[in-house]
Amino acid sequence: MTSPAYTDNAAPQLSAGPRPAPGPAADEGLSRRLRALACTAPLHDLDVRKANLAGEYSGYAMAEVALAAIDHVTLNMDFDTGADHDQIVTRLLPRVAAQAPSRPAAEHERVARWVLENLINVGSVDRGFRAVYGTFGPDGAYVRRDYDFKLIEEVPGHGGSVYLRATDEAVNVLVGALDTDVTSAQIAAEVKLEVLISRGRLADAQLAAEQARYRTVQYAETLRKTLDATRRNVRAVDWLNAVPDMIAEALDHVADRYRHENAILTNIRKARDEAEDPEHKRRAAELVDIVKDCIRRHTQLQSRLLEAGPLFRAEQDRQAFAAPAARTGLDLYGQLLGPLLPLPVEEASRATDAFFAHGTGLRTPVSVRVGDLVDLLLSPPPAREHLGAEMPEPDLIATPDDSRFSEEQLAAAMELLDLEHDAPRRLSGLLADARRRDPDLPYLVALLAVHAASPPVGTAYRQGERRLLFSVDDGTPLDDAEFGGADLIVGTALLDAVGMAADRSEAP
Amino acid sequence: MSDHRAEHADAWGEAAADRPASAHEPDRPAPAAAAVTPADAADAARLVAFGLQPKLLPARDAEYAELLRRYREDPAFARLADAVATGLGLIVLEVSPRAGMAVTAGEDSVFAVRMGDYARRASSDSADRFLHGLAHLAVAAMAFPRPEDLADDAYIGRITVNGVDAFVRQACNRLEERAEEQGDNTDPASDAPGLEAGWRVYARRSATGATKDARRLAGSTTGIIGKAVAFLTDSGFLQRTGDDAGGTYRTTARYQLQVRDMAGSAAMAELLDLGVVPVTDGSATLLPPPDPDDLELVADAGLPFHG
Repeated sequence: MTSPAYTDNAAPQLSAGPRPAPGPAADEGLSRRLRALACTAPLHDLDVRKANLAGEYSGYAMAEVALAAIDHVTLNMDFDTGADHDQIVTRLLPRVAAQAPSRPAAEHERVARWVLENLINVGSVDRGFRAVYGTFGPDGAYVRRDYDFKLIEEVPGHGGSVYLRATDEAVNVLVGALDTDVTSAQIAAEVKLEVLISRGRLADAQLAAEQARYRTVQYAETLRKTLDATRRNVRAVDWLNAVPDMIAEALDHVADRYRHENAILTNIRKARDEAEDPEHKRRAAELVDIVKDCIRRHTQLQSRLLEAGPLFRAEQDRQAFAAPAARTGLDLYGQLLGPLLPLPVEEASRATDAFFAHGTGLRTPVSVRVGDLVDLLLSPPPAREHLGAEMPEPDLIATPDDSRFSEEQLAAAMELLDLEHDAPRRLSGLLADARRRDPDLPYLVALLAVHAASPPVGTAYRQGERRLLFSVDDGTPLDDAEFGGADLIVGTALLDAVGMAADRSEAP
Repeated sequence: MSDHRAEHADAWGEAAADRPASAHEPDRPAPAAAAVTPADAADAARLVAFGLQPKLLPARDAEYAELLRRYREDPAFARLADAVATGLGLIVLEVSPRAGMAVTAGEDSVFAVRMGDYARRASSDSADRFLHGLAHLAVAAMAFPRPEDLADDAYIGRITVNGVDAFVRQACNRLEERAEEQGDNTDPASDAPGLEAGWRVYARRSATGATKDARRLAGSTTGIIGKAVAFLTDSGFLQRTGDDAGGTYRTTARYQLQVRDMAGSAAMAELLDLGVVPVTDGSATLLPPPDPDDLELVADAGLPFHG
């Protein structure tokens, strides 16, 4: 948002001569910058206050850790969730550890946690920060004002968990582009990136790419808020003009960025592959990852954009086309809550107090008997169940052995088929041998021989087998009372186990 | 719905005296004298005592149901019960099988709930006091989103703690955006915290916060709303139905009566007193939020819609 020129204020200013302050309109820019400045204060404050901590903490650059924390939280903000505390602490640890490698790991974690908690400002009831600044009012009077802001806020996630999100203030402070239009800033960043890559300045290119990614996250966040509002109340959002325009614009934007970033990706890949300097190569590879992530986020944004319309129509069905009212009662939101919120707290409290006094029902006063109290205080606390319910003993039923062949038969068949590698045999001979031992055995031998026609080479290779049974049909018909088909040649092949093992270790 | 209160609010004094002796209750033995007996007074007081247990349902207790029947059929007994309630500092909202003997505390009654007892910080901190009151109002507004819902006896409202918080936050954000559009500087003067706009107090309070023992942070807005719904559940106004989205609840008949007949009008009177005259055209201004867990979209959701 940029402020337009205040032409109507300029005229009286000229005639009024020197004034202590040029009035509220011109003051606005100053107060905006004062607020922007205030957002950085908690970071400076960290480095100032580390001296007060018990222990030797001067070696840590707290502001650096804090900025890194805001980075991690911002990058973890997707449509539905943010990052959780432990995840952020874990990601901060390498940086903290690098700052003071000689210190114990427990201290590193303590520092990371301290920084994160201070960014949330756990100590205050609002969990936020406040800065005081002064402005001149329209009448020229100097007024001190409170500016309340948060850097990282905690939001409820699914199942009662708590997630962290970077606030708009934090994102703005982080990217250092205060008070700018999201769309134009993104275009500027992209253009900058392309120029930088064409000149081969990859370090700067990485910075620009990361900035572009922050902008994309910010853009997605705006859309998420609009869709949330629609789910709550379709009338809260202007679906006639504003949102369709915004969606159309955003879709164009995504298509544009997608083309753009794919082109960049191709260029950087080329830069990565052609770069000689290993440092350049590494940076280019990082940049490829960042741009890929940008593209992923654009795709995600696009799918959300496409879902917005059907979502609106479903909500319209649900919310607007209900049966008309038979009689009217009090409109609690429209007549009470809505008008009450803009009032000053002092006045609004009168109405909320009245609602509270008449809306909470009744409580029967408690009267304590000394006898009950003694019993209550003396009774031991009930034992808490740590182990849960007892597991029932599983009722197992032995499955009947319905194998066609017994283990002994299999062993006998394998013994018959354990052939020398230089002496293959005909199936007819094997069947005759088998029939002498056991009338059932030929079936098993025939089965194994047929299987061997398509030997499991892959499995043998993976498991490093030394021998493999195979069978080949050379066209001789089988002359047998029980079986028909080809009189297979059954043999054993020796495998090069050592060579295969070497192959395996080379393969990925 | 009962009209008993209006019918004999001022006539209970001459109670049974001018009533024809149980003409319409042939199944009950006629009292020896038309005067009130101690047994009648005990029964009337017993009915009021049932009414003081808001979670007790008439359908679950035969004696309660019988006393309710007697209240509705025996005007003299009804007057007596009303008198007992009035004497205790109670206001009778409705006496019916669905709501039971729905009584609530009068303003100075020993049964009244005081903000200082409800939340310790609220007595010292005006922002906390406001937020606790606002939480109760917001719960009611989400439970009865449309005027018709509040008027319809059969309506059952459903709310979630996170849903209430998200809605109020959204309303606050809209006010913030509007203030920004108008170029207002909403940051309050440092020496006059009472002049800070209500939405701002809510907006700058965090929605939730991690605590050491995984409970809700009491000072956060979901903590404050959670406290409100837990308290209303104890008052027999809400019933807990699940744990999704910070806890899901549905309303009872008593809550509807309490909001419609007591709280809404009281708060409205204060607001009118402040010179704020809210005008609506009778159409709904707020619609209930969908289940926030229900993020699945409708079929064909991926199709382009604007082409």
